[in-house]
Formats: sequence, C-alpha cells, structure tokens
Amino acid sequence: MTNATARISRPGHSAPQPSSNARSRGRALAWVRRAPLLPALIFLIIVTQLPFVVTLIISFLNWNSLSPDKTGFAGFENYIQVLTDPDMQQAIVTTIIQTVAVVLASLVLGLGLALLLDKKFIGRGLARTLLIAPFLVVPVAAALIWKHAILNPVYGLINGTLTWVWSLFGSDTPPQTDLLSQAPLMAIIISLVWQWTPFMMLILLAGLQSRPMDTVEAAQMDGATPWDIFRHLTLPHLRQYLELGGLLGAIYIVQNFDAVFTLTSGGLGTANLPYAIYETFYFANEYGLASAAGVVVVIGTIIVATFALRTVFSLFKKEAAR
Amino acid sequence: MSTLTPTEPRASVPGRTALTTGPRRRGKSRMDPTRNNTAAGIAAWLLALLFAVPVLWMILTSFHSETDAATNPPSIAADLNLDAYKEFFGASSGVSPWPSLINSATASIFSTVLVLLLAIPAAYALSIRPVKKWTDVMFFFLSTKMMPVVAAVLPLYLFAKNAGALDNIWFLGLMYTSMNLPIAVWMMRSFLDEVPVEMLEAAQIDGAGLLLTLRKVVAPVAMPGIAATALICFIFSWNELLLARVLTGVVAGTAPVFLTGFVSSQGLFLAKVCAAAVVVSLPVLFAGFAAQDKLVQGLSLGAVK
Repeated sequence: MTNATARISRPGHSAPQPSSNARSRGRALAWVRRAPLLPALIFLIIVTQLPFVVTLIISFLNWNSLSPDKTGFAGFENYIQVLTDPDMQQAIVTTIIQTVAVVLASLVLGLGLALLLDKKFIGRGLARTLLIAPFLVVPVAAALIWKHAILNPVYGLINGTLTWVWSLFGSDTPPQTDLLSQAPLMAIIISLVWQWTPFMMLILLAGLQSRPMDTVEAAQMDGATPWDIFRHLTLPHLRQYLELGGLLGAIYIVQNFDAVFTLTSGGLGTANLPYAIYETFYFANEYGLASAAGVVVVIGTIIVATFALRTVFSLFKKEAAR
Repeated sequence: MSTLTPTEPRASVPGRTALTTGPRRRGKSRMDPTRNNTAAGIAAWLLALLFAVPVLWMILTSFHSETDAATNPPSIAADLNLDAYKEFFGASSGVSPWPSLINSATASIFSTVLVLLLAIPAAYALSIRPVKKWTDVMFFFLSTKMMPVVAAVLPLYLFAKNAGALDNIWFLGLMYTSMNLPIAVWMMRSFLDEVPVEMLEAAQIDGAGLLLTLRKVVAPVAMPGIAATALICFIFSWNELLLARVLTGVVAGTAPVFLTGFVSSQGLFLAKVCAAAVVVSLPVLFAGFAAQDKLVQGLSLGAVK
C-alpha cells in the first residue's frame, strides 16, 4: 500500500510548474530530461525500424539473388504470389492453427494450474518450480528432446511407456504411435503447449494473487459456492490477465521458428510463415517474395497487436491510476 | 463431503462458537478450503510431475549409456555414468561445443550489458523524471517488440553480408540488444516506479545532487530489478535461434545453432543429445529459477507484477 500511494503522486511530481521567467530554462530542462532517453530510442529506430522499411521496399522488387539481371520493380506481384501460392497459403493456415491451438490450450491448462497453485498445500513452491521447468529449457533443446527422447517411434518415452504398461498385463503387442510422421502439426502443438503453459500459469497466478480477498470472503459468507465465486468474481478479475496472456502468447507463438525447424523442418504441411519465409530467402534466394511474406506477417501481427496494446494499455492505466 | 457432519465445523473453529446456530452452509464454506487443499495439492503435484517428465527424462537419459538410453521399454534403473557428457565435450567425436558455448556467452553478456547501459537511463527518463508524453514513448518501445523478427531478418542479413559483419558474434550481440531493449525499458521503468516519491523529494530538499540521489535513493531500490532484467535479457539472447542461424555460421555459431546439428536422427546418439540439451539449458535454468518471479513481468512487458 505504501508503494501505491507513491505512485499516485508521480504524474504530478513529473511536471513541476516552471516560474514565469524560466521559459528557456524550462526548454533546456526538457532536453536534459530527454537526453537519457535518446540513445535507446535512436538505437531501436536504426536497428528495428530501418530494416523493416528496407523489407517493405524489397517486397515490391523482383529480386532473386541467383539471377541478379532480372532484378526490377515488381509492383504487387510478390504479394499476389504470396497470397495465391499453395505453399504460402498452407503456411498462413498452419500459422493460424498453430497459434490459436497453442494459445487456447496453454491458457486453459495454465488457468487450471494457476487455480490449483493458488491454494496452499505441502510443497507448493517445489511444485511450482517443477512446473516452470519446461519454460526454462532452451527452445531448441526442448524441441530436440520431444523429437528424439519423447516422440521417437522406436525408443521414445511415449512408446516405451506403452510397451511397459502393456507388458504388465502380459501383452507383447502394445499400441505404438508415430506422432511425428502421422500428425506432425499435433506434435509441434503439443510441444509448444508444454512449453507455454507455465508462462500462462505464472501470469494467471499473479492475477489470482492480486485478487481482493475481502469480496471473496464476503461471498463465502453469503453462501456462494466455489463455482459461483469462480464464475462471478475470479473470472471477471482474471479477464484482463487472460487477455494479456493470450495476446502476448499469440505474438510470441506466431513467430515460432525453433519448434518447426527442429521437429519437422517444415515438412508435411507444418511450415508456418516464419519458417516459410526463412526457406524462401535462405534456400530459394527469393528476396522479393520473402519480404512480401514478411510484410504479410507484420500486417497480421499488427491486427493482433492492436488488441494486445489495448489490453496492456488498460492494465497500464489501471496501475498508473492506482 | 460425506465425512462432513454439522458438528465438525464447530469443533474445528473454536473461536467461532457464536456461529454454531447459523445455517449449515456457513460451516461448510469454512471447511471447504482445507478439504480442497489436499485434493488441489495432489492434483497440482501430479500435473507438475507430468509437466516435468520430459525435463526429468532428459536429465536421466543424459546419464545413461547409449545402449540403455535407446531401449523400448525404457530402462529407468540403468547404471548412471558421465559417458554422454564426455562424448558431448568431444572426447572422440572431435567436434567441441566449447566455441559455440563461448559465442553464446559472448553475445548474451555483451548484449545484456549494452541493454542495461541503454535501458537504465531511458527508464530513468520515463519514471523518476518522466518526459512529456512518456506513455507514447513507452508504447513506441513496445511496438518494436511486436514486429516479428522474420520481417527484418533479410535486410539485416544483406547489411551484415555487405558490411562484412556476417558470422560475427558482436554483430549478433548488437541484434540481441535491439531484441531485448524494449522489454528491459518496460521492466526497468516498473522497477524505478517503486522508488517512493517522498524519498526523492526528501533528497531534493536536503540538497542532494543527482548522483548522490541515484546512489543513495534510487540504486538500493532498483538493484534487484536491474539484476532481474539482466537475467531475462541473458535468457532471451541465449535461447535465440533464428537470427543466430541466419547471421552466423562456422565461426560465430551459438549454442542453439550447435544444437541444430542434432536435428537429424541419422547416426544419432540419444544420451549425447540429452547431455547436449542439459548443458545448453543449464545457464537458462539457473538464471530462470533465480528470476522466476520477474520472468513473467519481463515477458509480459512489465504489465503483470
């Protein structure tokens, strides 16, 4: 609470009234204030904004580095090709399926886990630590483990466990799976859900623990069932945390490259847009086409990000006004 | 549920005898938390173990011999040894992971230091002495983070190629700086907001200069935040694959790039893969557990405390 009171007065504190004769001094002061900000701002503009402008320009060019003589202005040709090429269309669909499936599944699982971890029980800290572990394995390493140690059809843990369980009942013919070749997209989604559920859980846990308990206690006194409390108090309170988790998750998972690269190398219809773009410029050397696809990803992200920013903004406003 | 009798709540809450005449459901609702906790605890533990299985399996397999690692059914109780680690560090294969580990450390530490040098003053200008329209600046930082890396990677590659910066670990570190800077600014700002205004004003009234105020008032509050920010920037840089894959090669390849050598199953040694995954993940696991409370704050750009 002491911090909250400090925050209230900060905006006022930020704008001391300049005295009447100190206008130019005020202007100089404004620059003194801006100065610490400028290195970071300038650096970011050069390293992130400039390349995107270049991408935008290349996206309107015919440019395959293997045939430099054919380079020239292409108009919207690259965009038409991105949107009509079956492979690119497939990549767009795959990106959407991957993102939506992973975000929804990890949000629901994360919510369940957060509700469990919100209660006090023996070894809660250790259980939480175990749950965070998937998030802390280097993504490439995690994907390698899923590919070789868990999902491998010959000696992977899943089939190994099936063999073991069946052998307990005296069977020599356990069912064996091969997710990587039969449902590769599912394999990617499962490994990503595994990796992202802890993130959602931590966000939602933070949300749960900031829940005002007095209303919950009052509701309990009035005889509300746990479901009533969850439905009418917890869920509305968690709403913006759910939105935040979902939208940030979407922004990170849309960009997922490691899992696709490692688990399937984009084969069997699992190439998402980042991987397809990587292949288009890295192996096919189609610079114009890759750039147009990159711009398409940015447009898609802007649509998602607009909502994300609004959510973050509302959290941010709430915090500032506290 | 069935064990719950109307007399139990009364007995378990000695201080609340006045409520004994109240409706039964009151007693029940007071009992609920305890009863649920055991069930919730068991459920949480089961799920936690389920989620940890791939990690635990990775660690266990890395200590198995290759023949014990690749068996069906799995040989959980097989003898433990360090062969896979010796093999990974190039006992007989000849390919040492050390250069890539050193590259990862170089790029991660260099970019983390640079991020802090840029982010701390920026956060100061956005929190302690906020510039005008500081929220707009904050959202500009955030918006750069929302742009997918693939949308900028080709120009960066072309620039690096023409400037002779391809396969150069310092250039990669510079790219990681831009990747982490927005998160760092957001995190640092929320940490600096914890500095009580009263203390700043008191320091001002006492005639303390800027440096003294920073050292005596701001630094003590901001230090844990700086540490957390550094750890998170380190983790993100260490984990990164796409930029490293495109911008580095033989000389400056990072640990994740080294790991991609294990993607193909041909001639694969499972215990060695697991050992490699453990070794490369160890710094992140340590840093992550150290910063676990701040990790989400970093990833959610300071929005969740």
